[in-house]
Amino acid sequence: MLPIKIENISKTFDGVKALDNISFTVEEGELFGLIGPDGAGKTTLFRILTTLLLADEGTAEVLGFDVIKNYKTIRSKVGYMPGKFSLYQDLSVEENLDFFATIFGTSIEENYDLIADIYRQIEPFKKRLAGDLSGGMKQKLALSCALIHKPDVLFLDEPTTGVDAVSRKEFWEMLQSLKEKGIAILVSTPYMDEASLCDRIALIQEGKILQTDSPQNLITSYPHPLYSVKAQDTYQTLQTLRLAPFTRSILPFGDTLHLSTKQGGSIQEIEDFLNAKSQSQIEVKPIKATVEDVFLNLSSPQTKESPS
Amino acid sequence: MKIIGYLIQKEFIQILRNKAILPMMTILPIIQLIVLSNAASNEVKNINLVIVDQDFSEYSRLLTSKVNSNERFTLKLATNNQNEAMEAIQANEADIILTIPAKFERDFLKAQSPALQILVNAINGQQATVGAGYLTNIIGSFNQDISSEIIRIPEGPRIGSISLESRNWYNPEIEYSHFMAPGILAELTALLTIVLSAMNVVRERELGTIEQINVTPIQKWQFILGKLVPFLCVGLVLLTVGLIASKLIFDIPMLGNLGILFGYAVINLIAVLGLGLLISNFADTQQQAIFVAFFFILIFVLMCGLFTPIDSMPKWAQILTIPNPLAHFISVSRKVLMKGGGLLDIRKEIIYTIFLAIIFNSLAIWSYKKQS
Repeated sequence: MLPIKIENISKTFDGVKALDNISFTVEEGELFGLIGPDGAGKTTLFRILTTLLLADEGTAEVLGFDVIKNYKTIRSKVGYMPGKFSLYQDLSVEENLDFFATIFGTSIEENYDLIADIYRQIEPFKKRLAGDLSGGMKQKLALSCALIHKPDVLFLDEPTTGVDAVSRKEFWEMLQSLKEKGIAILVSTPYMDEASLCDRIALIQEGKILQTDSPQNLITSYPHPLYSVKAQDTYQTLQTLRLAPFTRSILPFGDTLHLSTKQGGSIQEIEDFLNAKSQSQIEVKPIKATVEDVFLNLSSPQTKESPS
Repeated sequence: MKIIGYLIQKEFIQILRNKAILPMMTILPIIQLIVLSNAASNEVKNINLVIVDQDFSEYSRLLTSKVNSNERFTLKLATNNQNEAMEAIQANEADIILTIPAKFERDFLKAQSPALQILVNAINGQQATVGAGYLTNIIGSFNQDISSEIIRIPEGPRIGSISLESRNWYNPEIEYSHFMAPGILAELTALLTIVLSAMNVVRERELGTIEQINVTPIQKWQFILGKLVPFLCVGLVLLTVGLIASKLIFDIPMLGNLGILFGYAVINLIAVLGLGLLISNFADTQQQAIFVAFFFILIFVLMCGLFTPIDSMPKWAQILTIPNPLAHFISVSRKVLMKGGGLLDIRKEIIYTIFLAIIFNSLAIWSYKKQS
């Protein structure tokens, strides 16, 4: 039985299509990432899957149960961590955990094994009010609360937004170990670098799924030659390369530029072009695409007009 | 059962941890009781009086001193100039002008029924009517005094005259605090619980905690009950604190069975809480909830019979007080405390309130949506 099966889900808010004909499935024991910028419709999809919101069209099943007909069954079998911290700030860490355990008819002791790795890190602060915790600790508490009833599927809506780099890394390690325990996880994130940590990802923008595949396949499927260009004056180089005849797209990535060329552009050609425009200290080398390159390639309008 | 128990426990932890609620439950009601019971009285005192005496007779002096000796009246000015008196009323310094015209005594002795004039400043309607009433009474008794003096009716039973003896039942000394305190107590209890409950669910929505609750298998009625019980307890604590304070401070009578009062309070609070939760379900922010709650509170307070008797309202307004839980609460607390009323005396209120409780709470459960 598939943990999550979504077929042709659409949802419109006040005339704006938040979700447009979304379909994908999450396999058993899979860590599935929903990658897209803010406002892409990620949270809307989560709310539909967690039975909080009704879709306009399409069907969705969680663990084989229909999200509309069998919403009650689903609610006791899934764990949900909303994007906004939504535990009781005026209850302590322990009281929050105890509360959610009781609501689901279980106890902390009963499922302690499952949350042990995560909860142990915040256990020294168990008497502290949830509102007084740091961002990373709040996130660990929220995950513990979402896990306390031993759910079969975990929905994590932007769990790492607003969390420091170290905590983010730790968090993804926790997800890996949860996955090994057989829990299917659907996680959304606006961070492209986190995509490669998922088994499979769906790229979503403006309510549409651009592509669904494993990160590896997505990267290798990148259809154009790609170079990183480093120059002394990054901005000037960017402006110059925009006008080059061989340029398909040029985008800044930190202090380097990712240049995607039409067939035929070579390193020599790029260097010559830039030298002719008197740019100095140029370093051009071929690179492998990242998920972000794939995403930008798929989402930029020009690719729709002229697929190579 | 365990789930509800824990929901209630959680709510209590939150209430007790909220630094604003405890003083709201104890100190505030006592202060309001003291202030309102003393200040919000319908008694008319300190009526500023101007006497225009144009007669300068023995009778006019007698009348002046008789009026002046009444503690309700303060003689602001005694003059023989009508214009001066009018100026005092213009300047809002006087409430009533009593004019004793020239030849008053002479006409009276000639049995020509002289007239006195009372001019009332009716800006403050109640002060005016009540004050004029008092003054008319005083003049009436003055009239009797001087008549009997002239006619010299022999001692002994007066034939043909009716003597009135009025007694004030249930509040023999017309202590306003005895009358106001039970009403204000009922009002405070109901109002605080309506506000607290109206704010509560919205707060969970604002903080986003309701999102997490909604994905749990909690049933709607469990959720609502989990909110209802703690606030019911808050209301009963408030009522207890208020009753003790009223007993200690005003020595209010407690003739009836307090068990009946508390029993009724439970029903009434359930009704009021149902309304609060209903408001809460429809509001998106605490601000909205407080505005809507205030709309109801204002109507409830103004039409509950605390400040203006329901019996003197127009018929349609009297009907409108039926869905007002506050009106029933005040009526019951007065009946039980002052009159010693039993279950039979308050049966009408009980039936109405049970209906209100069922309606408000059904609507609250119905309108609480876990899904959108």
